[in-house]
Formats: sequence, structure tokens, C-alpha cells
Amino acid sequence: MIGLDIAFWVLAIVGIIAALAVVLLSDVFRAALSLVVCFLAVAGIYITLSADFLAAVQVLIYVGAISVLIILAIMLTREVQRGSPSNRLRIPAFLVAILFLGGMAFAMLNTTWQVSVAPPLEPTTSALAGLLFGEGGFILPVEIAAILLLAAILGAIVLVREK
Amino acid sequence: MLANYGYIGLLLVVAIFFAVTTLLLPLFLRFIHIVPHKPNPIKSSTYECGMETIGKAWVQFNFRYYFYALMFIALDVLVVFLYPWAVELRKLGLFGFIGMLVFTFIIVVGYIYAWRKKVLEWK
Repeated sequence: MIGLDIAFWVLAIVGIIAALAVVLLSDVFRAALSLVVCFLAVAGIYITLSADFLAAVQVLIYVGAISVLIILAIMLTREVQRGSPSNRLRIPAFLVAILFLGGMAFAMLNTTWQVSVAPPLEPTTSALAGLLFGEGGFILPVEIAAILLLAAILGAIVLVREK
Repeated sequence: MLANYGYIGLLLVVAIFFAVTTLLLPLFLRFIHIVPHKPNPIKSSTYECGMETIGKAWVQFNFRYYFYALMFIALDVLVVFLYPWAVELRKLGLFGFIGMLVFTFIIVVGYIYAWRKKVLEWK
């Protein structure tokens, strides 16, 4: 378990440094790249919590797709090489973030967490597969999720198509 | 199970160590004067042979690329559903197979729509 503790602390420190870099770096592109590092550290933390499917989803969606979307959005902006100039909202944003952090920490420290004594399910992927696609499982919500994805694709088409 | 991920962590550590030492080795060799430092304009040019680049690499992308990014995300979410199904392919059997077929068909409707609307064509 000592290895698990070391892994957690390394991942937590890397994640927090990367998250600070996202906010503090003046170059938006570098900020986007450190966001990728932050997502990867979070995926690692999911693995230490025995949530292997969630870690795979984190790598697939956040590291793979969301970061591509953010980097592409940066490349779409004009004057991309000029970076992000500091603006008037810096101090209000800092205050709001501090308030949010304080609220989160307060809620976390004052909650009596219910800890299950059952050992974690390993690996989680096959159990989830049984629930999602097995008989008597959640096959209908899965198909509804497909409709949602279809709506997203159609929305993208409508958004981009020239009149 | 977690020990297997430990090997991934070990690989990551070795990869970072390898990359960092490879980057720092030339600097170190120059620092202890093993590598001579005699720059001249031709040696420090970007290309010794080939064309000089014109303009900056940071150009504004066309908005049309954004469609592919959005499409990529949608299909990435499809992969998230394909992945557990593929892991348990044999155990889920025909029921899971038909469920996945319906799922993929619903997504393919969007693909066919994009094709018919000529969104995928490059103008």
C-alpha cells in the first residue's frame, strides 16, 4: 500500500502543478498542453482508486478529444501567437475561485463519509459491460445515449455548413 | 491488478528519465568542454539544404476544421461504449451484439446525413 500512497502523492502534485500552469502560463497553447498533463494525472488517480474503466474513459475523452478540441479552438483564434493578455477580471476570478475552494474544502471536511468495507471490484470494465449491454441491464439508456450523440453530430453539421 | 498499472508507471518513469537524460547529455558534454562550440552562420541556419520558411507557423486555422474536431469527440464517445462491449464480447453474446448494432446504426445515420449534405467534401 506504500506504493499506492507514493503514486497518489506524485500524481496529486503533478496534477496540481499542471493545473496551476494552466492558469498562470501566459501562452494559451502551453496552458492547453499542461491541461493535458493535468487530465493524465487525474486518470492516474482514478487507477489508484481501482476505477480502471473511468481512467480509460478519462484518457479517451479528456486527453484524446477535449484537449484536441481546445487546441483547435486556440488555433482558430486570430493572433494566436500573441498569447493571452492579462485582463481586468483577474482579481474577481481569483476571489471567486478562493470562495469556491473554501466551500468545497468546508463541505468535504464536514461530511461524515460512508466508507464501504467491501473490497473494490477489479476489473470494473467487464462488470460495467454486463450492466450496459447484458440482458436486464441498461440497454435502453445506452441507445438513448446514441440518440444524444446523433444530435451532437447533427448539431455540428448544422453549425459548420455554409448557407 | 494494480500491480500491472505499476508496470505502466515504471515504464513512464523510465521514459521520462530517458528523454530528460538524452536532452541534457549534449548540454552536459558542452559544459565539460568535450563538445567544441564553434558556431558559424551556415551551421546555425535552420536548413543547411532546402527552402527557408516564409511567414510564421502560427496561422489561424480555417473554421471548417472545427467540424472534424466535433465529429471526433462524438465518435470518441462511441468508442467509450464499444470498449466495454469488446472486452466482454463472448459473454454478452447475441443480445449485446444486436444492442451494439442498433447503437452503431443510430450513429451511422448521422454519418449518412453528413455525407448526403456534402459536409465531408473539401471545397
